Amino acid sequence: MIEAFHLTKTFRDKKRGEIRAADDISFRVSPGQIYGLLGANGAGKTTTLRLLATLLRPTGGSATVGGFDVTREPEKVRASVGFLAASTALYGRLTAREMIAYFGKLNGLADAEIRTRTQRLADELDMHEFLDRRCDQFSTGMKQKTSIARTLIHDPAVMIFDEPTLGLDVMTARAIVKFVRECRNRGKTVIYSTHVMSEVEKLCDTIGIIHGGKLLAEGTLAGLRATQGEQDMEEIFVKIVGGEATK
Amino acid sequence: MNWHNILTVYLKELKDSLRDRRTLLSTIIIPTLVMPLLTFGVGKVASGVIGKARSETPTVMILGGEDSPAVVAQLKESKKIKVVPTSPDWQERITEKTIRAAVQLPEKFQAGLTAGAAPAVVIYHYEGELKSSFGAGELEKFFRELRERTTADRLAERSLPATLAKPFELKRENVAPPEKVGGNLFGGFVPYLIIILCFTGAMYPAMDLTAGEKERGTMETLLCSPVARIDIVLGKFLMVLTGSLSAMGFMLLSMGVTAFVAGSLLMSGGSMAKAGAVAASSKAGEVIPLIDPFGLVGVLAMVFPVAVLFAAVAFTISLFAKSYKEAQSYLAPLMIVILLPAVIGMLPGIDLNGRLAFVPLLNLSLVCKEMLSGVWHWNYIAIIFGSSCVYAAVALGLAVKMFNREDVIFRT
Repeated sequence: MIEAFHLTKTFRDKKRGEIRAADDISFRVSPGQIYGLLGANGAGKTTTLRLLATLLRPTGGSATVGGFDVTREPEKVRASVGFLAASTALYGRLTAREMIAYFGKLNGLADAEIRTRTQRLADELDMHEFLDRRCDQFSTGMKQKTSIARTLIHDPAVMIFDEPTLGLDVMTARAIVKFVRECRNRGKTVIYSTHVMSEVEKLCDTIGIIHGGKLLAEGTLAGLRATQGEQDMEEIFVKIVGGEATK
Repeated sequence: MNWHNILTVYLKELKDSLRDRRTLLSTIIIPTLVMPLLTFGVGKVASGVIGKARSETPTVMILGGEDSPAVVAQLKESKKIKVVPTSPDWQERITEKTIRAAVQLPEKFQAGLTAGAAPAVVIYHYEGELKSSFGAGELEKFFRELRERTTADRLAERSLPATLAKPFELKRENVAPPEKVGGNLFGGFVPYLIIILCFTGAMYPAMDLTAGEKERGTMETLLCSPVARIDIVLGKFLMVLTGSLSAMGFMLLSMGVTAFVAGSLLMSGGSMAKAGAVAASSKAGEVIPLIDPFGLVGVLAMVFPVAVLFAAVAFTISLFAKSYKEAQSYLAPLMIVILLPAVIGMLPGIDLNGRLAFVPLLNLSLVCKEMLSGVWHWNYIAIIFGSSCVYAAVALGLAVKMFNREDVIFRT
């Protein structure tokens, strides 16, 4: 379960002054549900997700992730979260097995348990061929599989995806989308940020449209279509953020 | 603070760093090679150049001396110098190094010697040029001997004893044991090398573990783990400290081996085959200057807090940088700042006092010099160790604080 209450994050910039990257954001994601955070670049998606993953501290409001408060219990929050982003890379000089084991240890797992889980993840993700090769020799697909295994090694209840398909080819992006669906099917609470309209249409149970740090609209795809009187997700998005529609 | 997590981070960083060529180069390879290279490489080249210059008979020119044929003849007969015909461009020829030196004999020099006058002989040479100074040295030696012979002749003519011009002998004898001599010789040089290597040893792991991770995108991955920030900082910091200490350790080890091998070679007259056996002989200490072993232990103890300081400073500065390249541009100039007190400490005549004991790095350089030559000022040692620990603790505290700053960690 993820619950955000008036979550706010401000930054100080020498040139632009105070920036409200996340402004009074409230939403709720239940287990077995995918919440899609849809927004353009710089809308505040990454900041919101980093606040939930406790990589950043909120300047206002609060949030609970997996039942733990992001401000008071950041370590417990991170222990119940699997965070996968385009910006979370792998250690190039470690092998995939070493990478997974390292994060297993950091999550407090015993060596025997790490071995069992690594074996299971390698089976599920078809990683055996490159499990003992160094990550700096990997293709994008291999890297993504290793990153997924890294996020799942401690079997987190909550999965946070920050534009995980950014810069990936179609096949690898499809594999990621499939994996996100599997997370939902396993009963995990999933939050997924993207600026790709088709991804939210295909994946998300609830869609939150974020712009200028504010959550402007929220609802199911059907609900948003009904309230906005549009069928196309792109038209709905443009209408909500106040841009010009194409028709 | 969770020691299990700190150890997990540290062991991973250690494994990662051991696979990084740049880190291996700065923490193991260069520190190991620096002493043998300095001793056998630079030392051999320098001794070769000096030996070659010494073996050459310097060409000199005699200016004047037409009225002093006997002196000129003696000069020409000397096997230590080679006299070339006089030419008006003698000054240019010294500059162009076609002759090494020239000597100006005053008018009626030979007659003046007999008459008891005190004419001035002038030797022209090129200051700072090794071969020219050897040429001038040979000329000086020739005229010093001529002067001594003339004095002896004059005294004999007057039936006066030789002790009239030389009333007493003057001798200088060393009472310092070999390790004190070694300490004085190496006392300035060793801390200087230790300071440089400690910093370069810390520099590359620090850059790789902070700015390098930010640049490669692995910092965010690591921050997603449930480990407390302080545990991450300390795990990474311990790796940077390991880099710093291993650079020093490998340098000292290599220095010991180099001294052993150099001593063996000197004792055995260059025969490698005899090296091991001869080095075991107690006479090795008479050949190569020894360093007080207790002094060396003292140096290691004093260097430890400074290594912590270096590791923390390099870590903090690198952490602020967005990329490896930016971190390099911050740390490279810092090297000069670090070298300055180390160089000052090497200068003769600068001694440790109450005020200098608080100056970081300079205090280390000075106290190491003293300890390696067997001088133990316990009050200063306590001040230096204490102040170094305080500086190191402040720097480490700053590193932890920086790591908790979002604007620093996410500065990309």
